[in-house]
Amino acid sequence: MDQKGFRRGSFQSATSDEDMLEIAGASMDFSMADDDPPLDREMGGFSSYNGGGMNGTSAMMDFLEEPLPGVGTYEDFNTIDWVREKSRDRDRHREITNRSKESTWALLHSVSDAFSGWLLMLLIGLLAGSLAGLIDISAHWMTDLKEGVCLAGFWFNHEHCCWKSNTTFTDRDKCPEWKSWSQLILGHGEGAFAYILNYFMYVIWALMFSLLAVLLVKGFAPYACGSGIPEIKTILSGFIIRGYLGKWTLVIKTITLVLAVSSGLSLGKEGPLVHVACCCGNILCHLFTKYRKNEAKRREVLSAAAAAGVSVAFGAPIGGVLFSLEEVSYYFPLKTLWRSFFAALVAAFTLRSINPFGNSRLVLFYVEFHMPWHLLELVPFILLGIFGGLWGAFFIRSNIAWCRRRKTTRLGKYPVLEVIVVTAITAILAFPNEYTRMSTSELISELFNDCGILDSSKLCEYVNDFNSTKGDDLPDRAAGPGVYTAMWQLALALIMKVFITIFTFGMKVPSGLFIPSMAVGAIAGRLLGVAVEQLAFYHHDWAIFSGWCSPGADCITPGLYAMVGAAACLGGVTRMTVSLVVIMFELTGGLEYIVPLMAAAMTSKWVADAIGREGIYDAHIRLNGYPFLEAKEEFSHKTRAMDVMRPRKSDPPLTVITQDTMTVEDVETIVTSTTYSGYPVVVSRASQRLVGFVLRRDLIISIENARKKQDGIVSTSIICFTDYCPPLPPSSPSVLKLRSILDLSPFTVTDETPMEIVVDIFRKLGLRQCLVTHNGKLLGIITKKDVLKHIAQMANQDPDSILFN
Amino acid sequence: LFPQAPRMFAPSSRNSVSPVLLLVLLGCVLCPPAQASKSSEDIRCKCICPPYRNISGHIYNKNVSQKDCNCLHVVEPMPVPGNDVEAYCLLCECKYEERSTTTIKVIIIIYLSVVGALLLYMAFLVLVDPLIRKPDPYTQPLHNEEDSEDSHSLATVPAPAGARANTVLERVEGAQQRWKRQVQEQRKTVFDRHKMLS
Repeated sequence: MDQKGFRRGSFQSATSDEDMLEIAGASMDFSMADDDPPLDREMGGFSSYNGGGMNGTSAMMDFLEEPLPGVGTYEDFNTIDWVREKSRDRDRHREITNRSKESTWALLHSVSDAFSGWLLMLLIGLLAGSLAGLIDISAHWMTDLKEGVCLAGFWFNHEHCCWKSNTTFTDRDKCPEWKSWSQLILGHGEGAFAYILNYFMYVIWALMFSLLAVLLVKGFAPYACGSGIPEIKTILSGFIIRGYLGKWTLVIKTITLVLAVSSGLSLGKEGPLVHVACCCGNILCHLFTKYRKNEAKRREVLSAAAAAGVSVAFGAPIGGVLFSLEEVSYYFPLKTLWRSFFAALVAAFTLRSINPFGNSRLVLFYVEFHMPWHLLELVPFILLGIFGGLWGAFFIRSNIAWCRRRKTTRLGKYPVLEVIVVTAITAILAFPNEYTRMSTSELISELFNDCGILDSSKLCEYVNDFNSTKGDDLPDRAAGPGVYTAMWQLALALIMKVFITIFTFGMKVPSGLFIPSMAVGAIAGRLLGVAVEQLAFYHHDWAIFSGWCSPGADCITPGLYAMVGAAACLGGVTRMTVSLVVIMFELTGGLEYIVPLMAAAMTSKWVADAIGREGIYDAHIRLNGYPFLEAKEEFSHKTRAMDVMRPRKSDPPLTVITQDTMTVEDVETIVTSTTYSGYPVVVSRASQRLVGFVLRRDLIISIENARKKQDGIVSTSIICFTDYCPPLPPSSPSVLKLRSILDLSPFTVTDETPMEIVVDIFRKLGLRQCLVTHNGKLLGIITKKDVLKHIAQMANQDPDSILFN
Repeated sequence: LFPQAPRMFAPSSRNSVSPVLLLVLLGCVLCPPAQASKSSEDIRCKCICPPYRNISGHIYNKNVSQKDCNCLHVVEPMPVPGNDVEAYCLLCECKYEERSTTTIKVIIIIYLSVVGALLLYMAFLVLVDPLIRKPDPYTQPLHNEEDSEDSHSLATVPAPAGARANTVLERVEGAQQRWKRQVQEQRKTVFDRHKMLS
């Protein structure tokens, strides 16, 4: 029947079956938050704020004073209208300020409204910090669970198990309370059979963890997989993905992140922690009306939450704010800067009080040495930068190729099997080599470590000459056999990590990229550092060393090389600049190493940019076809608006609605026969003079509501978009006034406007569409999707890869 | 495993309950460190002394406060005679460490219980739910994996369109059905059509 047909048409957005809007009078369930209860008509959930804020006072004169629930909200997978959201917030603020003069209660309301932002930041920091503490402690425990169990209390990991017992100097890691699996099952830990049993248990635990992770993701929250940062970047630029920052995604992401990290896969938890923090931000926004109803304000909160996420991941509040500014956010007003910093600090402080690593450190691989470095060492540092850039470009290319294969071929049909196979391969290859068997964070911590007298690891087995030691200051020494063993084991670990991470990042479990890239860089850096150290020791009479590195002095610190290598590789993959350097220097707690870090970071970025322009997150955005308008690149072509606008010369003319001559039936026909997200309103078809712009969703909701609730609205009723409707003979049906949903100030450009200005307007104002006029008459329309397609075409990429509306 | 199973799982969440639940969880997580009485087991000063001349290396643990955490207070009995003490102590490295066993225990137990609850819920919904739920004509199209517009839009019309479900159980049912559809949509987007997160 007609009603049904119209309704089915209303489900068709440009992306066909994404629309979850049910206007059957029952549930507007997916309109605002994920599992909100059905929006009954009695629950006026959508407030009494004026119209859409678009045309302030004149909405008062309208027949429908209160906006309908649903008007002013957005469909899933659509872009928000930044201008409208911002002006709505300004209207709301104005109203509160005006009312605050009336009574004390209103004054209190306005004060609490101003404070709500800070309270929200405090709550976000607390929640993000607590969740990070939970993740850290659980991941630490479960990683050790693969190797053994603590008899003094199963919840202790290896380090905490041996905390109380008296360990000997030579066997610092062994204690009677900690039993490896072979010791538990067989009774002894030595021998080939025990080794095989340990190997087997390790692989079994790894498989169990990753299988559980992927089943939970697939079963409860499919949006919880992957890193999350590309999608958050898109959301922050104005895109709507319902459910991506919801409660179930939060719970599942937290739980499965621990499982994925513990299973020994080559992935990290920093990217997913940003997603977790943004979920916290989104969920806590629902407590405050100011943020719940306004998408633009909500994105400010999400920027701050992202900063809190990085801050707890690295223990670097300033680095977190800069990461949010540089990588994740699209618009970052100054107010957000201060609030992000507050949220990041609260999160870091909360994490510190939970104390996951037992020494008030926030990160496992905090560096505590402050050895000086020499200017000549900049040469190996720049070499590390070049390595980082090359590896970054290589990784991005291969990972995108693999993800594209997963997306388009049959490989993508077996996600669970893929995870199991990759985990099995990783676990089987990782166990024999002690450096891949330990968790990646521990590996990085060991590589960053400067060898002192008391270090017993293989990497520090230098030939010691105790007679010449003065205190704790060890000179450069010849490498002992332990160091040589460690070197080739590390080289094998490097090769394995370089290749396995390509297949791991992007799987259907939460996976981050920071820790594996830092591990690759740290291994490369340490290898180079030990090589330079031995070179300086054996050839201290060469010209380059004799000036500053006399025998008996401690000149080369391989730990520093590891750190610089880690920064270089991370910069090469993500193309972070300032935030990377600040995170690294917050990790070291000092400014001594700023110059080497900057040299390596800049070199790696230049080398990587020379090979491929995009960082890993932008590459994934492009792979998935998200409608993300890149804000950093200049548009340098000489096209004009008339080359990009629709309709083209061969297309049928622009679909418009007239201001007071169309009937309800005409408009419904237009809405069902086309899939545009909005229609320009003109004075008349002959003159094509522009009145305003009306959105499809608002139109559908208003017409359906009017048909049900208002008297006398039938298919032949005239729809009138103006204040003063033309008088009609008394026998005709009553007029439907839709003045309140019309946007009277759409943005227009002329057809001769250069595209670079149009792109700039889209970026700076966050527009969804822009109308094109010629000599004052409406000619066409440019949408954001058209702009993105045009940019892709100009860059010789496939313009059809832009999938979303 | 999952495509045939009745779609997915739902939280019985109402708008006001879930933030409260989150805050309760938050409180549970934060309380232990707040009241973590510094039991004497949880702090220590650890001094590691390397081999010195003919004395082998040794590790000393003692429960002292942070200002007393140095070689002279902790290393007992001192293995070297009085005039060598200073040289020996220069080699030793003393660190003050504290931890909270209560926090660790609580967090691990919370984590394991959440994982267990999720596993049980998953098992319930895969095995038990299809048996107790009578086959609903409106949910039949959900079993159809093809992307047909008709079945999808039919399935999105909720069964009790007119009858407002007022009892708690029926509201929970409604929420669960809605949530199952939502997860199914997400799964189609991510796993089947590879539109996102590939």
